[in-house]
This record gives sequence, structure tokens and C-alpha cells, in this order.
Amino acid sequence: MPLHSKHLLGLDGMSREDLQLILDTAVSFREVLERPIKKVPPLQGKTVANMFFENSTRTRLSFELAERRLSADVLGFVATGSSVSKGETLKDTARNIEAMKVDMVVMRHSAAGASHYLSRVIDANVINAGDGSHEHPTQGLLDMYTIREKHGRLNDLHVCIVGDISHSRVARSNIFGLKTMGARVSVCGPATMIPREIDRLGVDVYHHLDDVLPTVDVLNVLRIQLERDAGRLFPTIREYRQTFGITRRRLEKAGRVMTIMHPGPINRDVEISADVADSEHSVILQQVLNGVAVRMSVLYLLSTRN
Amino acid sequence: MQLLLKGGRLIDPPTGRDEALDILVTDGRIERIGKNLSESTAQVIELRGKVIAPGFIDMHVHFREPGYEYKESIASGCEAAAAGGFTAVCCMPNTNPPIDDESIVHFIHARSRVALGGLVDVYPIGAVTAGRKGEHLARLAELSAAGAVAFSDDGESVYDAELMRRALEYSAMFKKPIIQHAEEPSLTKGGVANEGYPSVSLGLPPMPRIAEEIMVARDIRLAEYTGGQYHVAHVSAAQTLDHIRNAKAKGLPVTCEVTPHHYTLIDEALSSFDTNTKMNPPLRTRDDVEAMKAGLKDGVIDAIATDHAPHSYDEKEVEFAQAPFGIIGLETALGLAVTELVRKNVLSLYQLVEKLSTNPRRLLHLPTIVIAEGEEANLTIFDPGAEWVVDPSLFRSLARNTPFGGMRLVGKPIGILNNGRAFWS
Repeated sequence: MPLHSKHLLGLDGMSREDLQLILDTAVSFREVLERPIKKVPPLQGKTVANMFFENSTRTRLSFELAERRLSADVLGFVATGSSVSKGETLKDTARNIEAMKVDMVVMRHSAAGASHYLSRVIDANVINAGDGSHEHPTQGLLDMYTIREKHGRLNDLHVCIVGDISHSRVARSNIFGLKTMGARVSVCGPATMIPREIDRLGVDVYHHLDDVLPTVDVLNVLRIQLERDAGRLFPTIREYRQTFGITRRRLEKAGRVMTIMHPGPINRDVEISADVADSEHSVILQQVLNGVAVRMSVLYLLSTRN
Repeated sequence: MQLLLKGGRLIDPPTGRDEALDILVTDGRIERIGKNLSESTAQVIELRGKVIAPGFIDMHVHFREPGYEYKESIASGCEAAAAGGFTAVCCMPNTNPPIDDESIVHFIHARSRVALGGLVDVYPIGAVTAGRKGEHLARLAELSAAGAVAFSDDGESVYDAELMRRALEYSAMFKKPIIQHAEEPSLTKGGVANEGYPSVSLGLPPMPRIAEEIMVARDIRLAEYTGGQYHVAHVSAAQTLDHIRNAKAKGLPVTCEVTPHHYTLIDEALSSFDTNTKMNPPLRTRDDVEAMKAGLKDGVIDAIATDHAPHSYDEKEVEFAQAPFGIIGLETALGLAVTELVRKNVLSLYQLVEKLSTNPRRLLHLPTIVIAEGEEANLTIFDPGAEWVVDPSLFRSLARNTPFGGMRLVGKPIGILNNGRAFWS
């Protein structure tokens, strides 16, 4: 059964069947990653280009590893070292790379919708590795995979996402995917970081952790961008930590055991304290490993559509 | 050269006339109006079921010359206007150099006189501030004397309240309006789309409606305080209209225009990140679209203007955030007006003619066009029942940046007469 879409641009609008298919297929790739020889042949002879117009060590390495594990030929760049700095358009850059007979393109870009645009101007399969504040679908999928692995299901779980929701592609992909799979999703953060009209997405909004934590099954803690709009969205790091920082003390007060997630990289002792990030309920490193399996699943499923 | 326009429905708000009549035009002048006219030497144009109106004016276009002729020149812009049924346009000053000096006004007049032989009247709008920088006043007296019909920093707001106050005071001496691109810039910094669906679901940086509303509310108080004439360009938010409605009720010289896209499209059109849905002000919500229609119907909105904003193919062929704001509108304006307004019982054809001709000319203090014997023929002729599909490749404009390609519209220009010349679409 193939995916319905030629590209993976986002989880918004993706069917339950497609989400299920990606997550189920990832299970077998997750097993591959436990083998002594971690390489399988499905993408042999295929070429994947990783176009990273924003640096992201974690996502880039994860995709690259997934591609190599599937025996694809891999090429790529990070924008600072490419023609982009010489003023070439995205379209020209992408078409030049495609002219070298590339089968799939993985792109990270600072502009929302960049991968939608790319999918219109090239023939290769496009995988969105993060577009501005819009979506980061493979992160959403690996988070869902990790939750399912830990809890055995997604429906009827309460997943709370904490932090800057307005600017978070991770939050959006999680919300779209989890809602489709039947989870209850809430967001918690300063009012300045929750987008207006977020009720459109069917999530509950909290501004006080103590109000939401007692019912949470999974807490997904977002990285706070220390540099964003210095002082305009929240006054100081100290105040953020005191109001929204996830600490053991705060979790104990809630009196509930919950799974702790974080998409990384972590600002320790800002949005999350070390004793939580490294606790037995934290699945942060499993997320990283599952990310490789989920990306293998996406690459594999898209390649078999052709 | 004689033209006999047979049987068209003459809609002429200045005289209140609305009836089917024949018009004999000789050498660009209306010689006779009546029933069953005949003239053996005249070329006869059968217009039964069609409309003859005083020439339409688009009071908000960007003709990119001087400076960005690759997007649109005055010549190509005039062709687009003629093809769209407009005998006159007002061009905004965000050229390079900007229209903040009389020489640019003269240049535009000179260019427009040779475009299609001077068929389309091009009225320059001067900048409010020198270099459109928002720092100090442009030479409004000089610009006015040279022929600027209004002042605007369109594309940018005149955001400095003191400067806006002075601009209103100063321009009142020449009885010319300040046209405000109403946007409080601190609320829209970095924004590319309406706050709501596009910012929540698509992650696009927001431009809240309140940025427009706040600026208009402030400006109306300044207009009241100074006695200046104030016109709001491209109104997009429902609440903005409430402020304008109140100002009008007080009898203030406050007017506004709406674009066809702001009464036709909503922000959910951005879902595919098509850069032809990127404009400023951005597409708003269904409620706002309904408010625009209600505002047209109850008269709060005086005029329809396109904000015709040509950009080259490559400039729009980029990521959404990188693309320039704006779409073209001259050649789809009439079709969108008939389809969205007349067909949906928002406006009668008579009221539509007011919004596209009578009202904008009046608020700009331009001479009234009268369709009467002895007058110069300045006419727009259109077929309110013609169905057509928008094909941007057929546009006279140099640009193709429209979200309306492929759309089925009702209402199509047939031709225009002006300055002794004719153009047939």
C-alpha cells in the first residue's frame, strides 16, 4: 500500500492511514537499527540530496544516516557553503541539483512553505525537514512513534506541548498528526507565544503548568529560542524558567508520572532541568534513535511510489 | 470619424440617466443622443444589452516607471487599463525615483500622452514624504501645481503621527486628499499574511487586522483635528469600516476604497503558499469579505480600486516570505465586480458605475464626466452578461501575477472612448 502523496510536506491534512503506514513501517526499520549490520538495500541506486538552507546538525545527520542505512547515494549542502550566498534562487539551486538526476530532495528552509514551493518546481520527491515556523513532519512522526512505543497507543492520550508555540514547526506537526490519531493535545506557554485563534487546531490552551500537568500523559518541552525578539515575547530567561521551566519539583507537585520529550537541542536549566531531562521518564534519546527509523520509513515509502 | 453606438444602456450617474439610447460620436465628441439615430457615414456598433458608462477610473495603480520598467511601463500599464475598460488611472509614487519632485510628474504626463496616443488619462499621485522615507514632507505645493491629484506614501504607512498631522494640514491648502496605506508598522513587522488561519496553520508571520484599524482610527482623529481630506487605500478589515462609517456620520471628509481581491478572496487561499495570494494588506477572513460587500452596499466604501501591482515572473517565483507583495488587477476588475457584486446583488450596475467612475472622480476633485450632447466622449462600454475565463497569457499588462487565472467571470469590457481615441477589447 503506497502513500497517497508523492511528497512529505507536512502532517496537516495527512490521512490516518498514511500516518499509520509510516509509523508501522518504521517499526521494521527500528529493528534493523538493532542489528549488527545496520544496512538494507531498498534505496540502492537512488540518490538523495539534503539541502539545508539552515543549519541543523541533528536533523541533517539523522536524515543522512537514514539514507545511508537504506543504501542510497547521498549528497548535500548547508547553505553557508553553497551558491545561495551568491544570490541564486531556491528554484535555480534545486533544479541544478535535480539536473544531476537526483531522486529525492530533503530540505530545511527558514521560510514557511518553501518545500511546498519546491515540490511545484522539481519532479523529485520532496521531504520537508522543517520550513520556517510551519511544519517539521518527520519530527512530528518520530514524536508520535516514540509516544506509541512508550504507551502502546496514541488515541486518548493527553499530550501537552510547552513553550513557544507560535514559532514552532515541531508543535504544528505534532498537533496535526496527534489530533488525526485521536490524541488530546494541549499547549502551555506565555500568552505572547501562543498564536491567536489556535482553537482552530482543536487544542486546549493553558498558561499555568500547574493547571495542566495533573492530567498529562506526555509532556513535549520545546526549546526556547534565547535570541528571539529579545525581551519582547518574554522579559528574561530567568522569568521563563521560573514560570514555564520543567523541573522535578514541579512534576512532583503535579503528582503524576508522565513521559518527557524534547526535540532538542536542550537548553539545560532553561526550559527543562537536568534532573528531568535525564530522568527515567525521559525518552529524549529514544526520540533521536527513532528519528532515524521514521526517516527510513518515509524515504522508503516515498521511493516505492515511483 | 463617426461612431454610432446603437441601443446600449446608458448609465450616467451625474445626470441620473439610465436608459437604452443611441449615441453618435463625431471626432471624439458626443454629437447626438437619442432613440433610433441613424447616420450613413458613421460606423455602427450594435450595443443592445450592453452598458455605456462614463469612463472608469482606477484610482490606485502602480505603473513602475520610472525605475522598474521590467515589471510594467506606463505604456504597458495604459494598455492594461484600456483593455480593462478604464479611461483613467492614478499611479502611485513608489517608483524610482519616487514621485516626490515635479519633474517626475511631468515625465509621467509625457509618457502617458504617447501611450496609445494619450487614450488613457494618467493622474500621478505625489509622495507625502520626501523619498517616501516618512521623515519630512515632500514638496506638496510643487507636486500639486505640477498636477499631482493626491498624496500617498503607498506601500508604506505615514506612521509618524506628527508628520501625518502636518501632511493633512498642508495638503488641505490645495484641497487634495492624503491617501493612507493604513498599517501600524510595529504590529506587522516581518509579517506576510493575515493573523488567523495563515499564522496558526501555515506558520506565516502575522499581519493583524488591528494594525490597519488602529492607523485609520488615529488618522480620522487627525483629519478631524486638522480639517484635512483623508482617504484610506485598500481597506481590508471589517473593523476599519466601522471607524470610517462613524467619521462619515460626523460629516468628515473621509473616504475609502476596496480592491476586488479583498471582496473576493479569503486568507485560506494561502494554503498552497502561492505567492499570487501575497499582498499588503493581506487577504483576510470570510467575515471581512462580507463586511467589504456590506460596505460597498451601504456606501461606506466609496470606490473600487485595483491596487494593480505588477511584478515580474521571477520575482514571484520564490518562497512565500521572499516574494514581493501585490497582484495585478486592471484586466480582471470589471469581471470580478460584476461576478462578485452585481451578480450577488451587492450592487446594481448603476451603483457599480458610481464606484468605478463617479465617486473616485469626485473625491479626487477631477472634472465630472457627463454623457451629454456637446461633451467629449469619455466612455467605458462593457457587456455585463459576457462569460469568460481569465487567461493571464492574454493580458496587455507586462505582468502575470494574478491569483485569478482560470477563474470563470461574468462581465467583460468591450471598449473605451477617450481623448478622441477608441480602444476595443
